[in-house]
Amino acid sequence: MSVNSNVLGENKLKKRSSLTDTNLLLIITIAVFFTMYACAVIFLKQGFLKPQMFFNILNENASLLVLSCGMTLVMITGGIDISVGQVTSLVCMTCAVYLQKVNDGLIAGNVFTSMCIALAIGLAFGIVQGFLVAYLEFQPFIVTLAGLFFAKGMTTIVSSDRIAVTYEPFVKLCRTEVTIPFLGSVNKKGIYIPAYVEVGVVVALAVVILLFCFLKWTKLGRNFYAVGGNNQSANMLGINVKLTKFLAHVLCGLCAGIGGYLFFLHACSGSPLHAQGAEMNAIASSIIGGTLLSGGVGNIIGTLFGVLSLSTIKNIVTSLGLDEAWWTNITVGAMLCVFLIIQSVILYVRTTLRKTKGKRTN
Amino acid sequence: MPEVNPMTSSKISARGFFGKLVRNQLFIPLVALLILVAINLFADPTFFKISLEPSSTGNLILSGNLISIIDNASELAILAIGMTLVTSASGGQDISVGATIAIAGSMVLRFVKMYSPDISGGKFAAVIIFSFLVCVVVSALFGAFNGSLVAFFKIQPMVATLILFTAGRSIAAWINNNDNISINDARFGYFGNFIPGIPIPTPVFITVICLIIIALVLKFTNLRLYAQSVGINASSSRLNGINPKLIKLLTFIILGVCVAVCGFIKVSRTSSITYSVIANNIEMDAILAVALGGNNLGGGKFNLTASVIGAYVIQFLTTTLFKFKVSSSEISAYKAVVVILLIFISAPVVRKWIADVRNKNLASRKSKIGKEAN
Repeated sequence: MSVNSNVLGENKLKKRSSLTDTNLLLIITIAVFFTMYACAVIFLKQGFLKPQMFFNILNENASLLVLSCGMTLVMITGGIDISVGQVTSLVCMTCAVYLQKVNDGLIAGNVFTSMCIALAIGLAFGIVQGFLVAYLEFQPFIVTLAGLFFAKGMTTIVSSDRIAVTYEPFVKLCRTEVTIPFLGSVNKKGIYIPAYVEVGVVVALAVVILLFCFLKWTKLGRNFYAVGGNNQSANMLGINVKLTKFLAHVLCGLCAGIGGYLFFLHACSGSPLHAQGAEMNAIASSIIGGTLLSGGVGNIIGTLFGVLSLSTIKNIVTSLGLDEAWWTNITVGAMLCVFLIIQSVILYVRTTLRKTKGKRTN
Repeated sequence: MPEVNPMTSSKISARGFFGKLVRNQLFIPLVALLILVAINLFADPTFFKISLEPSSTGNLILSGNLISIIDNASELAILAIGMTLVTSASGGQDISVGATIAIAGSMVLRFVKMYSPDISGGKFAAVIIFSFLVCVVVSALFGAFNGSLVAFFKIQPMVATLILFTAGRSIAAWINNNDNISINDARFGYFGNFIPGIPIPTPVFITVICLIIIALVLKFTNLRLYAQSVGINASSSRLNGINPKLIKLLTFIILGVCVAVCGFIKVSRTSSITYSVIANNIEMDAILAVALGGNNLGGGKFNLTASVIGAYVIQFLTTTLFKFKVSSSEISAYKAVVVILLIFISAPVVRKWIADVRNKNLASRKSKIGKEAN
């Protein structure tokens, strides 16, 4: 017994002293974000010093943040979900049409029921895709690609025009601003303007904290990592792999529903062109945030910083004067490429290190 | 029971034949094609009418739904070749093909526009050939970029190609400074439409040439064997002396060349380019073609004929949906339903379940026969 405990103790010590993959990637991401923001503050100065600039990044990307968190969950279990962007678009469109009908008095309802609709759409996508992926064992990419196209088609079937919402209570909700105490800036006339965030940001940050706790401290959350790390050993440990994968997709669908509603709150309208390429940004944010595509490694905080880095670089590109649409896409693509290669190299180095270590001990 | 009842043996052989037929890879695409043909015949008996009519330029050309299907499916069929190889070797699909087509088309237009004004005959042919070669090289390079990410950095194909999927159309716009280039020379349109005097659309010929080339390559080289073995088990094929990285890279380069041909046809069709719209959603169709051909999307064995037939079936489906007044943006929803159905049919779990049910039926019948005999 004493030997056993001794070994265990050693293991614990080793784990604490060495850097896990998750932490290493997380540290890289956070470092990249802070260097980027610092460079922007030093070299560009155009407003990057104002706190509101930072909060605007949050305002614009609240929905992306939630989508990315859902994506991270799925990617930790080793899957992927590329339908989230179009589900966002579908949610916006459906809610916009619904609220306009409520406004015209055709249907009974209020803002709360529209939220329920958004969540229901997200959940439905999550459940169907999760079932196909987990229980019919089909490639998640193909299933969610089908989901993407289904949502895309459905959006135009619901309505092919842009619909602006004029329903009074909803517009009020859209315009609600939460002021941040102690932070703000003085404008040209010398009037102090406190920094503010939209309601969506509060919700998004709440989702981030909830999911962080979920992944860190709940049994199911830990199961996600186990399933993503190694399917078979997770199965042998008595984890219900299929159910875990299914739940990951359901949670991702739910996040897509919430993210869709946040996008709707920000845009106040529905359009087939909404959230174009959001799935790309979500995947990119997760990857930049240190989630490994192979599964088993990832962190919600990393995703938060991934979103921030991605949107900061977009802002930098626009403030450099390169505001043609293609520059942002190209930079995002290049950034994604760099981070993918970094991940791949880190994994390669780590596995070879482990192998050589193993050989030495043998 | 040593003596076998002649009745049951004939039944079993019939079942064996039927089973063979069902298990044949060409079964699913051909049945899908037959169903589509039946639906179209039922809805509109004149659907398959082909007529020889003078076109706007006065040449006699073939026209009809069938011709337009075969014509429009050309790009998809060519893409399906490359996509099948990539799927087989790397176990994933390239989702950047649409964006790379935009890049290829943009390159072609840039070069043709540079040299084309008012040059005649042989010089124009030289310009076309030159720009085509440049576009092939560029597309092959982009293919090699995707391929090296997949082969050397071991990134999943779909995620590696996500990079170009995001950036591709923007790069295409960047190449031409986001100008709306259009070529006014009618000769440039020959490759996507009709050569005067020949009533069959040119893309059909291009497709046939591509198919012949790939058939010869597969016949005289070990590409098929190597790609399949890498897809089935990369490490064991490495132990057998095949370089899996090189094979994966090669399949992506072949796909790049296919994409270049598609891009060339696409821009030749309209003599212009719209960066955000050209070859929109074609990656979905190409993957669908491979899946419809009964190829395992997880890599391994492949059947090119089935994929190519799959491509034509998809174009058939698209045209049929257009016939039923479905708008182009709504089509994707219906196609997604088709994909889900295909997934459902071909999922190993469902197949196993069906086989179990069938075996149970057989067993119960056998036991019944046994009881009767007793």
